[in-house]
Amino acid sequence: MSTDYEVVIGLEVHSELKTESKIFCCSSTEFGGDPNTHVCPVCLGLPGTLPVTNNKVVEFGIKAGLALNCEIAEFSKFDRKNYYYPDLPKNYQISQYDLPIAEHGYLEINVDGNPKRIGITRVHMEEDAGKLLHQGATIISSKYSMVDYNRTGVPLIEIVSEPDLRSAEEAVLYLQKLKAILEYTEVSDCKMEEGSLRCDANVSIRPVGQKEFGTRTELKNMSSFRALQKALEYEIDRQIEVVEEGGRVIQETRTWDENKGITLSMRSKEEAHDYRYFPDPDLVPMVISRDWVNEIKESLPELPDARKARYVQEYGLPEYDAEVITGVKEISDYFDAGLEFTKNAKALSNWVMGELLKFVNSSDHSAADEDFPIPPANLAELVELIDKGEISGKIAKEVFKDMAESGKKPAAIVEAKGLKQISDEGAIIAIVDEVLAKNPQPVEDFRSGNERAIGFLVGQVMKATRGQANPELVNKLLRERMQ
Amino acid sequence: MQLNSLTAHELHDKLVNKEVSSVEITEDVFKRIDQVDDKVKAFVTLTKEQALAKAAEVDARISGGDKIGPLEGIPVVIKDNMCTEGVLTTCSSKMLHNFVPPYSATVVEKLQAAGAVIVGKANMDEFAMGSSTENSRFFSTRNPWDTDCVPGGSSGGSAASVAADETIYSLGSDTGGSIRQPASFCGVVGLKPTYGTVSRYGLIAYASSLDQIGPFAKDVRDCAQIFNVIAGHDPKDSTSAEFEVPDYTSILTGDVKGLRIGIPKEYFIEGTDPKVLQLVQDAINKFEAMGAVCEEATLPHTEYALPVYYLIAPAEASSNLARYDGVRYGYRDETAEDMITMFKRTRSEGFGTEVKRRIMLGTYALSSGYYDAYYLKALKVRTLIRQDFDRAFEKFDLLISPTSPTPAFRFGEKADDPIQMYLSDVFTISLNLAGIPGISIPCGFSNGLPVGLQLMGKPFGEGTLFKAAHAFEQSTGYYKMKPNL
Ligand SMILES: [Zn+2]
Repeated sequence: MSTDYEVVIGLEVHSELKTESKIFCCSSTEFGGDPNTHVCPVCLGLPGTLPVTNNKVVEFGIKAGLALNCEIAEFSKFDRKNYYYPDLPKNYQISQYDLPIAEHGYLEINVDGNPKRIGITRVHMEEDAGKLLHQGATIISSKYSMVDYNRTGVPLIEIVSEPDLRSAEEAVLYLQKLKAILEYTEVSDCKMEEGSLRCDANVSIRPVGQKEFGTRTELKNMSSFRALQKALEYEIDRQIEVVEEGGRVIQETRTWDENKGITLSMRSKEEAHDYRYFPDPDLVPMVISRDWVNEIKESLPELPDARKARYVQEYGLPEYDAEVITGVKEISDYFDAGLEFTKNAKALSNWVMGELLKFVNSSDHSAADEDFPIPPANLAELVELIDKGEISGKIAKEVFKDMAESGKKPAAIVEAKGLKQISDEGAIIAIVDEVLAKNPQPVEDFRSGNERAIGFLVGQVMKATRGQANPELVNKLLRERMQ
Repeated sequence: MQLNSLTAHELHDKLVNKEVSSVEITEDVFKRIDQVDDKVKAFVTLTKEQALAKAAEVDARISGGDKIGPLEGIPVVIKDNMCTEGVLTTCSSKMLHNFVPPYSATVVEKLQAAGAVIVGKANMDEFAMGSSTENSRFFSTRNPWDTDCVPGGSSGGSAASVAADETIYSLGSDTGGSIRQPASFCGVVGLKPTYGTVSRYGLIAYASSLDQIGPFAKDVRDCAQIFNVIAGHDPKDSTSAEFEVPDYTSILTGDVKGLRIGIPKEYFIEGTDPKVLQLVQDAINKFEAMGAVCEEATLPHTEYALPVYYLIAPAEASSNLARYDGVRYGYRDETAEDMITMFKRTRSEGFGTEVKRRIMLGTYALSSGYYDAYYLKALKVRTLIRQDFDRAFEKFDLLISPTSPTPAFRFGEKADDPIQMYLSDVFTISLNLAGIPGISIPCGFSNGLPVGLQLMGKPFGEGTLFKAAHAFEQSTGYYKMKPNL
C-alpha cells in the first residue's frame, strides 16, 4: 500500500549586498563592530528622518537579476511591510511588493549529470533588520532584551525560486549554485556564518502523478547547507508520515531546531501576519533606463556555467572536475590564476581539487586571502617541477605540506632539503645492484614471470634513496639488470 | 515702538539703517510673550537664551559692517513637529513629551543659516491631526481675536503667535489645510507650497505624500521672502523637487490686469457661512475691479476629496506612527511585564483619541481584503482630483475660494463630532491631494473674527499666488488689522 511521493520545494534566499553604505542612509555596512555604532538617525528610524535610496543597491539588484537570467523591471518601487518587532526601528520594513526589480529568471543545476533548469520567480531589494539578544529564552519570557541596530538597513536581495526543486539534494545544489552566481557577480559575500546568506524553504509532498500541489509548510532558520539538507529531509519524512497515518499537512510556518534536529511549528496560517503592504510615500518610484541595464549587462563577469564550459573545452577537464572547481569562486579564481604559470591544466586541477581543497577546508584560510600561504604561482611551480621530472609525485606531496606551513616556493624547498629527484643512472645503478643482491627471492619471482615482484624492488630502491630516485628510471634499470 | 508688531521686511530696513538692533526686536518679542501668552498659549517651548544669543551675534555682524540677509536677526517660531537639534520636539504629544532630536530639520538649518532668531516651538494638534489645536495633549491654543474661539489647526500655535505679535513670522505644516485654515481663523497670511518645494527632512511625518511645510506671515511680501529661503531641492528628501527658486519678492508688482481667475462652483456650497460667502464675493469683485478676469470654473470630483483624504492620510499615518512603541525614545509605559503589553500600554496612553482614531482608520484601509476597495480606490480618485485641477489650469491662472466654510468656532463646538471638524478643511484638502500650492490671506471680518480667502495655483505657481495675494492685500488693507488682546 505504500504510495510514492513527489517532493516539491521552493526556496526564498536572502543575501546581503556588499555595498559600502546601507540601503537608505550613509551608515557603514561593515560586519561586527560594537553594538549600535554603525547607525545614524535615518537607519534608527528617528522621527522626521527620510530614506534616500543608495543607487549602488539598485545596481547590484539589477546585476543579480541579470546573472539569474531575469527580466529587469522598467518601473519599480519600494513598499512598506508593516509589522511590530523591536529589531525593526520603524516597525515597518522597506521592501518591494508588486513591482520587484527583477522577475522571470532561472538558473541551472546539475542533477546526476543532467542539467536541470530551476525557475527564479523574482528578485527584490529590501532593508535588513537589527539583532536581538534576549535575557531569557524568548522575547516574551525575557525580563529584557538588548538590540543592536548595526545590521538595520543593510541592503538585502531576496531571491524567490519557483517550486521546481524535487529533493533536498536539489535544494542544496540550487543554493550552492545561487551562492556561486552571487559571488561571481560580486554583489554579495554570501557568508552564511555571518548571516549574509539566509534561506527559507516552502515544502510539500504529493503522490507521484498528482498535478495539484500538496499543502505546503514554510521552513525557517536554516543557516548552512547541511542544515538545509537535514531540515528538508526531516520535514519531508514528517509530511509523509502525517499523510500515511491518514492525517493532513497543515499550512504553517515551522522553524528548524538545529540542536534537536527537528522542525517545530511557529505559527499557523490563521496566525499569519497581515503586512498591509503599500507603496512607501517617502520614496519616488524608480524608472530603470535600458541604457543603464545594458551597461550593467556588459560589466557582468564570466559566470560559473561559462567558466565550466571553458574549462571543459579549452583545457579538456572532465565535466565533474570543472563543476567542482567552478562551484566556488575563490577556488576557480585560484585555478585561473595558476594557469598563468603552467600549461598543465589537468595536473593543476588535480592538485587544486585534491591537496589544495583539503588544505583550505581544514584551515582558516581562504584561497582568496592576501596572505594565503600557497599563492597560485607556487602551486603551478610545483606542477612544473613534477612535469620536468625534478621531483616525484610522492615528494611533491611532502613539498606541498611544507609550502602550506612555511609559505615558501616549492623550488626553494626542494633545493634546501635536497629533495631533487635523482635522474642520473650512475648514481642509481649502485643502489639498484645492492637491492638486487639483498633480495634474491623477488628477483627469482620476477624472472619466473611474476610482474608484480618488480614493484617491491622499486619500492626498496626508492626507500634507499629517500624517495628521490626517478621511479621510471629505477624501473628501467631494474628490468635491464634482471634480463 | 513695539518692534514685535512689525513685518520682517520693515524690521530688516531698520536693522540695515541701524535704527534698531536684533536684540531689541527679540526682547520686544519676549516682552509680548510675557504679556499675552497666558491668554494665547501658543508655545510648547521657548528658547529665549539661544534667541538672544543669536540676536547678539547678528548685531555684532551688523556693527562689524557685514551685509545682512532679509531674515537675519528676525524672530521666528517653529511648529513643534519640526526637529530642532538639542531642543524639545514633541508634536504636542505625550508620546514625544521628552524627545530631544540630535539633528535639525532641513528648513530649520536653512533658517539658521539665514540668521533667523528662533523664539520657540509652537503648540499644535497632536501629530498634526486636527483643525482646532484642541487635540494638543498639553493645552489648547486660543484665537487672539477671541480667546473663547479656536485658532484653527493643526498649526494653531504658529498662526496664533504671528497674529498676537508674539513673533514676526512662523513655520507650520499643512497636510489637509493645517496652515491655511488657522491662517484664515487668525487673520494672517499662510502658504501651503507645492508638494516637493520645501524639504520634509526633519518634519515628523503625519501623511508623507501630503505633508508640506510653509510660512505664516503678517503680509504677503514677508511670506514670499520666507519662501525664498526655505524652498529648494534637498538631497535628504527623495520627494523634494529639483527646480530653480526665483526671487519671489520681485514678482510683487501689484498688477493683476488680465489675470484669469476661476471660481470653482463646487466651492460655493450650502453650509458655508453667508458672511464668508459675501466677503469672498467682495474679493472677486475687487479682483475684477483691478483688471483680472473672473469666471466660473469646475472641479467635478471635489465632493470626494474629504473621503479620499480620510483614507490616504490615515493609511500613511498608521505606518508612519508605528515607530512610537516605547523601545527607543519618547514615552514608555514602565509598568508592563512583557513586550506586547508594553507596546499596547505605551501606545494606548501615549497617543490621544484623534491620533488613535486615524491609526485605526488607516490600519483598516490597508488591511488585506479592504486594500483594493479603500486605499487603492482612494488613490485612483486622487488622480481624478489632480486631473480636475490640470483641466481648470488650462483655462485659469489661479482659482479662488473661501479658505474655510466658517470663521473660527468656539472651543468644544466641534470637538465631539469628528465629521463636523473634518468639514472645516473641505476647501483646503483637495490642494494637498493634488500637490498644488494655496495661500490664505485676510479678506474681512465676520462678527469680529477674521475670514480668509484662498487662492490656488498651478504646481510651482507660487509666484502668481504671491502676485495676486499681494495686489489684493495692498488694495484692501485687512492685513493691518490687529487683535485686541
Ligand atoms: Zn544609518
